[in-house]
Amino acid sequence: MPSNKHDIAIVGAGVVGCALARRLTLDGASVIVLEKAYDVLDGASKGNSAILHTGFDAPSGSLELDCIKSGYNEYLEVSESLSLPILKSGALVLAWDSEQLKVLPKLIEKAHENGIFNVRPLDREEILRREPELSRELLGGFEVPGEYIIDPWASANAYIGQAVENGANLWRGVEVLSGNFEQNYWTLETSTEKVYSRYLINCGGLYGDLLDERLIKKKNFTITPRKGQFVIFDKAASSLVSSTVLPIPTATTKGVVICRTIFGNLLVGPTAEDQESRRNIATDSSTLVKLCKKGSTIIPKLENYDITSSYAGLRPATQYSDYQIHHKTEMAYLTVGGIRSTGLSAALGIANYVSKMLSEMGFQFSPQKNPKLPEVDKLSEYHERDWQIPGADGVVCHCEMVTKREIERVINGPIPPQTIQGLKRRTRVAMGRCQGFYCSAELAKITNGKLKIPLICNE
Amino acid sequence: MNSETVFAEKTCTVAIVGGGTAGLAVASQLKRLSIEKVVVIERENEVGGVPRNCDHYPFGLREYSRFLKGSAYAKRNKKLAKELGVELLTNTTVTKIRPNATLELLSKTERILLKADRVVLTTGVRESSRSQRLIGGDRPNGVITTGALQTMVYMSRFKPFQRPIIIGSELVSFSAIQTCAHLGIKPVAMIEEQDQVRVRKLFRPYLFIKNIPLYLSVSNIRINGDTSVESIKFKNSRGLEHEIETDGVIISGRFRPETQLLLDSHIEIDAGTSGPAIDQHGRCTDTSFYATGNILGHAESSGFCWHEGIETAKRIHEDLLGKGFSGNQMSHLRCDDPAVKFLIPQHLSSPYGSMSMARFYIGLNSPINREIVIKTNLDVIWKGKIKSRPLRRLQIPIPNLP
Repeated sequence: MPSNKHDIAIVGAGVVGCALARRLTLDGASVIVLEKAYDVLDGASKGNSAILHTGFDAPSGSLELDCIKSGYNEYLEVSESLSLPILKSGALVLAWDSEQLKVLPKLIEKAHENGIFNVRPLDREEILRREPELSRELLGGFEVPGEYIIDPWASANAYIGQAVENGANLWRGVEVLSGNFEQNYWTLETSTEKVYSRYLINCGGLYGDLLDERLIKKKNFTITPRKGQFVIFDKAASSLVSSTVLPIPTATTKGVVICRTIFGNLLVGPTAEDQESRRNIATDSSTLVKLCKKGSTIIPKLENYDITSSYAGLRPATQYSDYQIHHKTEMAYLTVGGIRSTGLSAALGIANYVSKMLSEMGFQFSPQKNPKLPEVDKLSEYHERDWQIPGADGVVCHCEMVTKREIERVINGPIPPQTIQGLKRRTRVAMGRCQGFYCSAELAKITNGKLKIPLICNE
Repeated sequence: MNSETVFAEKTCTVAIVGGGTAGLAVASQLKRLSIEKVVVIERENEVGGVPRNCDHYPFGLREYSRFLKGSAYAKRNKKLAKELGVELLTNTTVTKIRPNATLELLSKTERILLKADRVVLTTGVRESSRSQRLIGGDRPNGVITTGALQTMVYMSRFKPFQRPIIIGSELVSFSAIQTCAHLGIKPVAMIEEQDQVRVRKLFRPYLFIKNIPLYLSVSNIRINGDTSVESIKFKNSRGLEHEIETDGVIISGRFRPETQLLLDSHIEIDAGTSGPAIDQHGRCTDTSFYATGNILGHAESSGFCWHEGIETAKRIHEDLLGKGFSGNQMSHLRCDDPAVKFLIPQHLSSPYGSMSMARFYIGLNSPINREIVIKTNLDVIWKGKIKSRPLRRLQIPIPNLP
């Protein structure tokens, strides 16, 4: 039995892997997280709509609903101590034609069935009174007061931050090549050194099915990545609407949402496009144009606003509608897969579910008594920012008001980003309206020698 | 938000937001006119603005009667301002605009509340980003604007790529070629969505000499590449897919006024220019604020901005002397021709009296060859035939008004 053995190895550091790492570390397990990308949140978790969902429209009786609900509650509980910003926007689900209008009562009923009792119908006038910039074409809708706006990355960074702060190991840029379960422990061959653990959890996200094949020679499901493209409008546009505006959901997608972001912008998206590639997050201009048009049919004035950025994310959809959490007890192996667009809301709930499952299977540890808290910068436009606090040593990114102190704190922190994208997700640098027109050079200087993929070309 | 924010309070006569060409011109001229305390607020660590990063000629012909490189020109402007006694606050960001010529500032060490008699907005322009232009594809490193390229190359000697493609064909796109040449970077192509280059035609032979192929009327531009750019795909003028191997993309031109500060302020922004709306004296809708230079919605030469800055300073001087501009009653100016994209000034303060600005500036959406009418709700201000392509803004002398 090797000495550097961990209780639990988690493969994949998306929002689910990070939440699991936190939960199991706090439970008292020794945890190692293996991520093949240079930074956490590099797959399905990097592009989403950043809404904390209540689960009002999740399939009744599903595991997904349970996880969203428990994840939602824990998020609100830990948000204060983990310094996670929340914008209590609430949501409106709107009907734009008579067919959609007919569906509303069923959706409200379902929301109540799902235990979201403050969902209630609103008439057209009431909606337009609350949101005067919405198109007069709307016919009716209902409100979901508990749908909130959060920071899509700070949450997962806080989870993994707390895990690492309390003893977990995070190995980035390390791919798991194969695994062997013998004599009650796993031996993992990786792209660097061998890793040993008593238990193994697949949080491979977009690669979950392939990872199953690689480790247990069996696929529990097949992933068909579903791409979602988004357009982010200028901060000025955020004054056009205060609630999150949701369409009537369909079987495959929640549809195109319009909402504010915690960073002070306005988001329109996502599309839902099935594709084969698990990596391709390309946007295409005709779809972006369509999204902009869609946005201005819902909020006509949006037409006059500039676009700050656009991006696409991939949801790891499977042939099943529910989450795919499977354990193979005899091999001390668990797959947590098929976590689609609700993963951000459900992550903490999934972690609790898995924690319970493990303890029922006899993996019991002694919980940490006074777990340490990670240092996380609040990047919310709706809360105090670092530049407002004396001693920030100047502003590097003027669009997003990112200070030199903030960037240096992250670069010199316990989990320094290894790519510019990682640094952007942690600080918002260069993510504003000029998209790096002013700060690219300064950034290249500050990060010189600190990134795995440098900003400059080495001859 | 922290309600207990502590501000160090300061006062001045005129505060100028932005230390580029226009800002330094206003400041220097105000000092020449003996205005007491003139402060320039610059968020970067050096004043001078865009020309600082332009290591090419020609700058300074009108101002200093000499051929200067941009960087030398910016230094001269700074030196002049300092010699005349302008206070330069660098590394200082304006975080909020308040009514009555009041600004919230953030320096490296403290937050300042600056109360001025007049404020001049000279924050200039920046290029549109890839996202604003809705350019699709992957998101590798190495896709940057000309501005970012110039800073990287001239200020830091960083080299972001070797064989980039240039999107856009404006003057700045051509100066991107010069910037590249500086470090031995060789652009492989220039592509433009319109059917002609967006500069005078005489620039085209330059591409021929540099051996850079030009593709016009392209559409559906798509950037390919995982961590760094590998190629660009687009539909060419005949609608055929075209792919060019490249290791970087320069997004050039389509300048937009830098108005972030105004977006959540009480000052009106004009939909046509995206810059602040001004009256014939250069005043914003809060008349304690002036705006001049490129922020008004064009991307002009430094010489032009310098001149505008000088003229604006003269008007502010008169304003401060109390010779002032009669009433603050502003009427909106309009031109209903669909080819007209914008009109500067956007307002006339009445009584019209002396017309401080000598010209209207007109921007076009499409070619025009017919009579247009510029009017307020009450009066026809100008009427005449214009014939032009929509390349640059047109200038029309403002007539004497009652």
